[in-house]
Parts: sequence; structure tokens; C-alpha cells
Amino acid sequence: MSKPYQLHVNGQTLDVPDPVPGESLMTVLRERLGLRGTKTACSEGECGSCSVLVDGELMCSCLVMAAAVTDRAITTVEGLGDDGISDIQRAFVECGAVQCGFCTPGLIVAAHALLDRHPDATTDTVREELAGNLCRCTGYGRIIDAIHSVAIARRGDRP
Amino acid sequence: MTTTTDTTNQTAGRGVIGASVTRPDGVAKVRGEFEFSSDLSADGALWGATLRSPYPRARIVRLDTSPALGIAGVTCVLTAEDVPGRNAFGLVDADQPVLAVDEVRFVGEPVAIVAAESPEACAAALAAIIVDYEELTPLIDPEVAIDPASESIHPSGNVIRHQRIECGDPTVSGHFVVEGTYEIGMQDQAFLGLEAAMAIPDPGGTGVELHVATQWLHEDQAQLAASLALPPEAVRLTLGGVGGAFGGREDLSLQVHTCMLALRTGRPVRIHYSRPESFVGHVHRHPASITMRHHADVNGRLVKIEARFVLDGGAYASTSSAVLVNAVTHTQGPYRCDNAVVDGWAVRTNNLPCGAMRGFGVVQACIAHEAQMDKLAEACGMSPLEVRRINAMATGDRLITGQIVESVAPVLRCIDETDRLPLPDVPLAPADHPYGLPGGAGLTTTPSDVVRGIGYGVSIKNLMYSEGFDDFSTARCIVDNGQVTLKFATAEVGQGFVTIAPQIARTVLGLDAVDIDTIDTGVGSAGSTSASRQTWMSGGAVDAACRKVREKILEAAAAQMGGASVEYTVDNTDVVHLGDGRRMPVVDIVRDRLYDETVEYHHRPTVPLDQSGRGDCHTAFAFAAHRAVVDVDVELGLVKVIQIATAQDVGRALNPLSVIGQIEGGIAQGLGLAVYEEIIMDGGHIRNASFTDYLLPTIADMPPVEIALIEEPDPQAPLGAKGVGEPPCISVTPAVIAAIRDAISQVRPGPVDLPHIPVRPMDIVRAARGESLSRAMAD
Repeated sequence: MSKPYQLHVNGQTLDVPDPVPGESLMTVLRERLGLRGTKTACSEGECGSCSVLVDGELMCSCLVMAAAVTDRAITTVEGLGDDGISDIQRAFVECGAVQCGFCTPGLIVAAHALLDRHPDATTDTVREELAGNLCRCTGYGRIIDAIHSVAIARRGDRP
Repeated sequence: MTTTTDTTNQTAGRGVIGASVTRPDGVAKVRGEFEFSSDLSADGALWGATLRSPYPRARIVRLDTSPALGIAGVTCVLTAEDVPGRNAFGLVDADQPVLAVDEVRFVGEPVAIVAAESPEACAAALAAIIVDYEELTPLIDPEVAIDPASESIHPSGNVIRHQRIECGDPTVSGHFVVEGTYEIGMQDQAFLGLEAAMAIPDPGGTGVELHVATQWLHEDQAQLAASLALPPEAVRLTLGGVGGAFGGREDLSLQVHTCMLALRTGRPVRIHYSRPESFVGHVHRHPASITMRHHADVNGRLVKIEARFVLDGGAYASTSSAVLVNAVTHTQGPYRCDNAVVDGWAVRTNNLPCGAMRGFGVVQACIAHEAQMDKLAEACGMSPLEVRRINAMATGDRLITGQIVESVAPVLRCIDETDRLPLPDVPLAPADHPYGLPGGAGLTTTPSDVVRGIGYGVSIKNLMYSEGFDDFSTARCIVDNGQVTLKFATAEVGQGFVTIAPQIARTVLGLDAVDIDTIDTGVGSAGSTSASRQTWMSGGAVDAACRKVREKILEAAAAQMGGASVEYTVDNTDVVHLGDGRRMPVVDIVRDRLYDETVEYHHRPTVPLDQSGRGDCHTAFAFAAHRAVVDVDVELGLVKVIQIATAQDVGRALNPLSVIGQIEGGIAQGLGLAVYEEIIMDGGHIRNASFTDYLLPTIADMPPVEIALIEEPDPQAPLGAKGVGEPPCISVTPAVIAAIRDAISQVRPGPVDLPHIPVRPMDIVRAARGESLSRAMAD
């Protein structure tokens, strides 16, 4: 066991019980804090299933040591969607962007980061920005569709 | 967006058949709340882990587990001696040990299992177990495995199955004769959700509850009962959330191990595989070497096909025999041919075991027959589409097995409608965004080296199980005071059966409130979620169970409204009298009533192939055509797929959005096999067991897909709907390869051979230089 520490996750400050030295943020989120929306699929930063935001920056939580981000604001899939479900989450469901759903939480986090940075994202930008998130079921077509539908709706919502 | 394809369907809003209803588990999945099997936990649960063979073939000289037992937190260590029942499993033959005895036959074969308080203690225990191996020379060449003189690597011998097909006159020969050999690599299912299970023992070890991501709960249950020496009813399975499957969860992996550890320790046990472990922990698509010789008459019509298949089954049988039958019986593709001589072998080697993967033997056959059709077109001076059109089979044609194709067979329509889909308006080598170029953002490509090619592929795929397997699915329909509950054991692996089952119930019953009960072994078997079979089989079972309830509802309606039940039907949400049109809402008729019906749905019988490959071995067929447009950097050998167009015979699209999802997802996997995906085996060792080294198509690699759904309801299918899971991933691979050949031929006129699949950059560069790759392969 290492010294207990705290993490700032989804606006809350949480004690990390029974930490093991060197644990990844992914492992701590899932196994110590019970936030299992963050998924484990490759543990080497290739698939994006464990994507989280650290101070708003998209990261693979499997590549981040938990003890190194004690003073940063971490957002997981559980922390998105003020009313329980965000526009991006709703669009993923309605556009058919979800099949098995294992890659989905990571993609949802990545899509939030994408549209925050590129509200007018073209298809090429979407492809470039989401190339770090593997999906084995959908062939990505409905995912692109979902993101475009949100981008269009958000533009329409602007004053 | 949800109902774009059914805006004319006035009942779409109720979520009936034909509507693009969204997934009932969708909201939980986007919020990260859906529980996958790897998300399950229980109070006091231990972790389990597996010690695996580092050698492709070795004798176990000494196995000492005692050092592991001394490690803090380690609860138990089990070996072959501890398997309570049959130390063997397998879908067709139980030829694979649960834990190795005396000898290991592939890298990754389980030797011992441990349970401990933490993953760290598990890792320490695995490291402490002493195994002394005496390495043996591995058999890694499937051609050597065929030779009867070769040393046998398994008590059942090296040849898992040899199947010959003789059809018509073997002495016929054609005016045009083309030949080729195709070497197809080992593909991984690469589902994102790694293998995971949690077992909870009953007090006293009299039984066990297993939560697992699997494709076939009842098959797991039967095999578990045999190995655990428990009655089947004492082994209760519940489907853990499944993160994709694609065939890779049809065989047992961690099921027996997890249950053994839980029963021995009396505590819940969780096992999660890592990605490298998953690569050796499940079966893969068979590597295949296929030689075909096509004979055609002076008009380009096929007169004979000769073929030889060698499938590398790896160390254990799994479903190799069925994969082989699928491969050889699909030799001709979706084309008429009266004469054929085919020989196929599925053999054991000390490579990784191979079994089911989406497409199941037909993927390999299609790559070969479609490359041959292109060669034939060239030999005859015809276009690739012309030669396919004049040979296209239709309903009523006879296969080389003698079986008549009774399924609706719109092959010509698939070809024509694919051809009619718009070509991409993307300029060659666009300068405005690097992702438009082969090589992508690496900016490696010189635009002047980029050539565009177009290629085609057409496929036939059998649906459901074959060769006499008594295939069925079970569904229970309960209607309690208007609330419908469906119960089935159909594994939802992402394909969307949980979406269409309520659509079927709403359509048949005229009731809107439909729930799905827990998917577990508390109802009869649904069979496997594989072979494109669940829409037909479990859809048929749900339909039949709901119809049985509807009969009772119509009897109740007749009692209330007068006359006989046959005078009534369900129209939308009402019961209607067929004669005078009197109506009453179904919800009013079923108020305060309980209905409960369970039905088993069986498909038509099939028979095994005989020794000469004759027999009505398949149940039904579906067809598809694909067109690929690719940009190829012929100097660097890089490929950018620009567009895929496809027309697919779906029978009837029960949920168009789901069908499109299956088509696009299947295309991505077929594209992966064409240009990226291959498990590299070297002397029996896997060299790329990670997502860093095993390349999957990303969103940047996947082009737009143009889709035409061909809806000609199949009268044999209970709902008119054919399975749509496998056809999208079959002919897309040869279409992409053909498009690459087409591009190369523009810089290097003359025949282009790309015999290795996936096509690698070096293959393209050498082909563009005019080197013969077929010869190079034999080096």
C-alpha cells in the first residue's frame, strides 16, 4: 500500500482507499473509486476506451499515473451531462452509434473534447481527432453522423 | 434521424417491425452505466489468473505449485489434477484440456490457475509456480500436418477433417483456364471488451453461478457441467454484458477456470484477461492456403472449378471441421457451375487454435473465388462486372453439393444495384487535408505517386448451422395485465437482438409495453449468437411465442365480442373483426388476464455431406456485392480506401438503422483483413499480441459507405428477414484487394498478383515493380 491520497473527479474530492504504488488512473477510477464507466481494453494507450479529461485535456487514463494528477480536475463519462444525459450522449443513441457499447464511454468523452475545441468540425477533423478511439462494431459511420448532428444542432442553438 | 427510412410507416412511432427503434440499452451504454462482464463485482471476491505455456510444444517435466501457495494473499493454485470432471472441452470434439496434462501444444495454453486477494498477488503466484518444460519440435506448417508420415501432435491425429466435393464431370475442361494460389493470414476478432467472468459458488459447493460474456449460454453450461462434474442445472449462467464477440466467444476460455476457483475457495472469483492474454486466449480466423483453377467456355461461362483448401486449425479442433465445410461448399461463390473437384483439409498444428470468426470459412473462400473471377474476366476480355453478371446464380440453381438454392437469391440485383450507387466525388490526392492521402497525417505520400483503383466482390453466405445440427431457439412470452415480458437466452453481444425482439412482440400482440427479462439459463437454449442466425432463429422463436399468446387473446376477444377467434386479427393496437370491422383495443381485452407461452423454433433439417461432398447441408443463404474505390501510393505501398458501396440481400430490414450498423461494422472488419489485420506467427510464437502491433481500422481509415438494402422477404424465414451479420464482411475484402490490383495495373500494365492477404505495403511496391509475388511466397 502507498500513502493515501485524494483525486478531484467530476467535481468531487474523493479519498483513494488502499492504493498500490504506481497504479494507473484507469485502475484507480475503476477498482478503487468504483467508476466503471471508464473501460479497460488495451492498457497501452491504443484504443481510447479509458479516455478521460484531465483539466479538460483528453487523455488515456491507462497511461496516466493516478498519483501524478492529485491536483488536477478529472472528468469521466459519469461526469458528463448535467441533466443526466448530454446532447452528444443522446445523439449517439438516436443515430445508432452504439452497438456493444464497450468503446462508447471513451468515445463520448473524446467527442465532448472534440466539439469543445472544434464546434464546426468537418468530417476530416472528426476523423483526425477521434483516430485514437477504436470501435470494432460500428465501422464508425453512425458515430460521425451523431457528432455532426450535435454540431449542427449546437450551431442552430447559438444566438 | 431515428426513422429516416420508414417515414411512410404510420406505426413507426410504436416501435414495430420495420422501424429504426433505438437500443433499449443505449442510454445506459452512453452514460457508462451498462455493466459489462468486466464491471461485475461481489463482496469478498477473489481475483483469478492463468499460467500459460511459453512454448508452442513442450513436455511438462515438473510442475510445482507449492512456492506460490506461500505468497501472502494467495488462496489456491489448481492444476489438471484438480479438474473435478472431464479435463477436456470443445464445441465439436472435446479434444482440448481445461488445464494441460503432460504436454502443451500452443503458446498460451493454460497450465495452472490461481486465486488471490489482489491482481498483484495473482501475478506473484504465477511467477512463483515452477514448471520445467522439455521443448519439443513444433509442427507449424499445415502442409506438413497433412502428410500421414508426419509425427502426430495430438492423440486424435493431425488431420481434423478432410472433405472432398466431386460434382458433375471431372474431365471437363474450359476454353479459358485461370489459376491462382491465395495465402490468407490469421485474423483476430479483436472485440473491445476483454474476456471476463465472475463465478459465485453455492454454499457447500453444490453448484455455481457464472456471469460471463459469451455467445452461447447453454453450450457453456453443458461443457461446464461435464468438466465440473455437476448436473447441468447446478451450473447457472447469466449473460454478463458483452463487449463484442464476432465468433471469439463461442468456445470456452475462462469459464471452467473461474468456476473451479470459486468452487474450491468457496468465494466469488473474477477473472479478467489482458489484451495480450486475449490474443492467445480465444480462437481466431483460420489462416488458409487456397488454390483454385477456374474453367470457362468461350463465352466466359464457368464450366468447372478445381480447388484445394488447407486451413490451419492450430492445436485443437474447436469448430475447424465446420469451418472447412463452409469453405469448400462455398468454392463456387454466387455463380452457376456444373462441374467441380474440391479437396479441403483442416489440420492441427502447434499454432494458435482457430475456430469461429464472422464469415466462418466463407471469408477465405470468397477472397479466392473473387480473385479468380477477376482473372477470368481478364482472360475473356470482359469487365469484372460482366463476367459476374453472366455467371450469377439465381433461386433454384444447384450448388456443387447438389443442394438447390431455395432461398431468395437476388445476386444479379446485388451486382446491378451496387454498380448504380454513386462513385465518390473525392478528388485524387486532395491537397486540403492530409487524411485524404494514403499514409494520412504522416504526410509521407507524394501526390503524384497516387493512383485510384476500383474493384468488386460478390458473395454467397450460408445462414444458421449446417450438416444435420438440430438448431433451435426458445422464447417465452408472458402478458400480464397488458405488460409483455420476453424471456430468452439469446446472447446480446452488440448486434441488437434486444432491440428487435420487442419490435416483434409489439407488432404481433398490438401491445406497446414490452420488457426483456434477464438473459440467462432459466429458459431453454437459444443456440449461439453466430452464423447470422439470431434474427431468424430467436426472432422466429419470439414471433412464434407471441403468436401463440395472440391466439389466446383472439379467443378472449371472440368470447367478448361474439363469433369465433378466426374471425379476428390484430391491427396496430386493436383487435379487429375481419368481417364487420368492429374494434377493441388489445389492452382492454387482456386487462387483468395472464398469458404465458414458451415455444421452441426449429429450422428445416439439413444433412451431413457424404464422402463425395454431396448433400443438402445448409439451411439458407444470403448474398451481397461490394465495390471498393481505393487510392494507392504505389511507391510506398500505402492504401487509402476512399469509398465502399454495397447492395445486400437482407430479406426484410426489421430495423433499418441496426442493419446499416451491421453493414458498416462488417465492412470495417473486412477492410481490416484486406490491408491491416494479421496475427504474425513465427515458429509457433505470436509476434504482435497487442493493439500497438495488431492494426485495426480506425475512424480515419474507414471511408464513407454507400448502401442499398435489397428487401425481398424470404418465404422460408419466419419474419422474411435474413441474417445480416456476416454478409457485409465477406466480399468487401476481395473488392478492396481487386481495387488495389486495379490501381497497380495502371502503372504496371499486365496481370497483377496479390496472393498474400492482408495486402502489405511491400506486396504493393513489389507488384508495382513487376515482381512475381507468387514465386516470392514460395521462397
